[in-house]
Amino acid sequence: MTKLVVISAGLSVPSSTRLLADRLTAGTVEALEDVEVTHVELRDLAHQVTDQLLTGFPGAELAAAQDAVRAADGLIVVTPVFSASYSGLFKSFFDVLETGLLDGKPVLVAATAGTARHSLVLEHALRPLFAYLHAVVVPTGVFAASEDFAGTDLDARVSRAAGELALLMGKVSSVDSAVSVRRTTQDEFAEPTPFEQLLRQASGR
Amino acid sequence: MQFGIFTVGDVTADPTTGRTPTEHERIKATVAIAKKAEEVGLDVFATGEHHNPPFIASNPTATLAYIGAQTERIILSTATTLITTTDPVLIAEDYAKIQHLTDGRVDLMMGRGNTGPVYPWFGKDIRDGINLAVENYALLRRLWDEDVVNWEGKYRTPLQGYTSTPRPLDGVAPFVWHGSIRSPEIAEQAAYYGDGFFHNHIFWPAGHTKQMVDLYRRRFEHYGHGAYDEAIVGLGGQFFMRKNSQDAVNEFRPYFDNAPVYGHGPSLEDFTEATPLTVGSPQQVLERTLGFREYVGDYQRQLFLLDHAGLPLKTVLEQLDLLGELLPELRKGMAEGRPANVPDAPTHASLVAAAGGAHDSTVYAEADSATGHRAEDAEVTA
Repeated sequence: MTKLVVISAGLSVPSSTRLLADRLTAGTVEALEDVEVTHVELRDLAHQVTDQLLTGFPGAELAAAQDAVRAADGLIVVTPVFSASYSGLFKSFFDVLETGLLDGKPVLVAATAGTARHSLVLEHALRPLFAYLHAVVVPTGVFAASEDFAGTDLDARVSRAAGELALLMGKVSSVDSAVSVRRTTQDEFAEPTPFEQLLRQASGR
Repeated sequence: MQFGIFTVGDVTADPTTGRTPTEHERIKATVAIAKKAEEVGLDVFATGEHHNPPFIASNPTATLAYIGAQTERIILSTATTLITTTDPVLIAEDYAKIQHLTDGRVDLMMGRGNTGPVYPWFGKDIRDGINLAVENYALLRRLWDEDVVNWEGKYRTPLQGYTSTPRPLDGVAPFVWHGSIRSPEIAEQAAYYGDGFFHNHIFWPAGHTKQMVDLYRRRFEHYGHGAYDEAIVGLGGQFFMRKNSQDAVNEFRPYFDNAPVYGHGPSLEDFTEATPLTVGSPQQVLERTLGFREYVGDYQRQLFLLDHAGLPLKTVLEQLDLLGELLPELRKGMAEGRPANVPDAPTHASLVAAAGGAHDSTVYAEADSATGHRAEDAEVTA
């Protein structure tokens, strides 16, 4: 049984951060053959995270969440963007995590914000954090601004990222949901994309 | 089974009055508390060691010797001695000397310290913490156990033909406890030497203490010092009691809420549930304390932290009176069901007996050419 832990740092109920986390989870579950999912809502653990910052030891529920992370084969972590970075609560959860717990673990990073202007937070904040923690961050991060919940672009990005995470976590049930490889110029020379397809793509299918 | 108190000598404002004691008041209060501890029948007083405000427990040797001169029975110990940043040669000398001055009423607890800058202040690197504890203690042991030491290590200048003086009283070094909250390496170290292992206990949940003590006991047996349940274990503890338990809660809450270590964090209720802190009636303190055995096994030393977080001296002395009244029941409870093979904590007398009796350990050195036995000898050879 593959173990997936989903950490979500949204503060409102319901939160767009949790909505994005759920979509990423569904995509990953679909790509994996047999998976057990544990959701960790950081809002519920906010007091215990602060207490551990002050006392050095976790309360019972936070300890259970940390044990789930310890046993996980892969993680999906989703934070709202606060003041141009991950939220303080999100960071604090990883600040109190025992050193070495994320070593070599596949992690899919994702973030939500009001506008797309914050989208590089994945590359400038989340990716360095998890590189420092020695996690293996999947190549595709998923950023969702409010407007992204209207279109279909997010779906493609979610399934690509989920496929990448599933590949790193082990068994994959269907090749289709795994990583899509982008075509190179050489591919076009060897086997050009038929113009009918280019026409379809140009007008959005 | 020994009962006692330990203190880090924090100079903290009393949150109910806003008044902070002076260093002078705090140092004198520490002595008053130690003398009271002996008066109410406790077995151990321990203090040490921080090298920065707001603490007065810097190198505690002077304080311990001063208390030793004003008491007759109580064992003096440290909580802790910084084996990482203190020169083991000075530790060997200082504590052998206190042994002589107090007729063997001293032991030590080794610790690594928790204030980062202490390492650079003493020319060390905090990343070497464990290695320093390991190498320095190995040297300290040799300085006590061998009359002449040739030694070379990584962290200290080498020693050639060195004799630490005075030699340990009756040829027996002070007993050593190793204290650590969360480093398995220190439990392993205590087990390797067959020394005692002390778990602070008071800041972390019981499950964690249990895990550390279990490791120490397993490794103690592995190294052939005795059975699992014969290892020498000490625990911290923390309480505030009044005859009426609600009075205890009401009186202690402001001190808890503003305490330097856990203040402004979990509630008093959450913290008392998660850790050994007990705030209530003497009966509650008795029951909780007797319950420690359930997860660490029968053990040898129980030290309580009483004077901290700005509690006034008068209150601390009242707590000591209450503890004294509780002592007979604590001793009786701990003796109940205690297997015969579980040893008491080693004392100077028991260590001397185990070594086959006292012997004069003085090293009567030959005169050397530089100083001679007498000034005129040195002059002749110079």
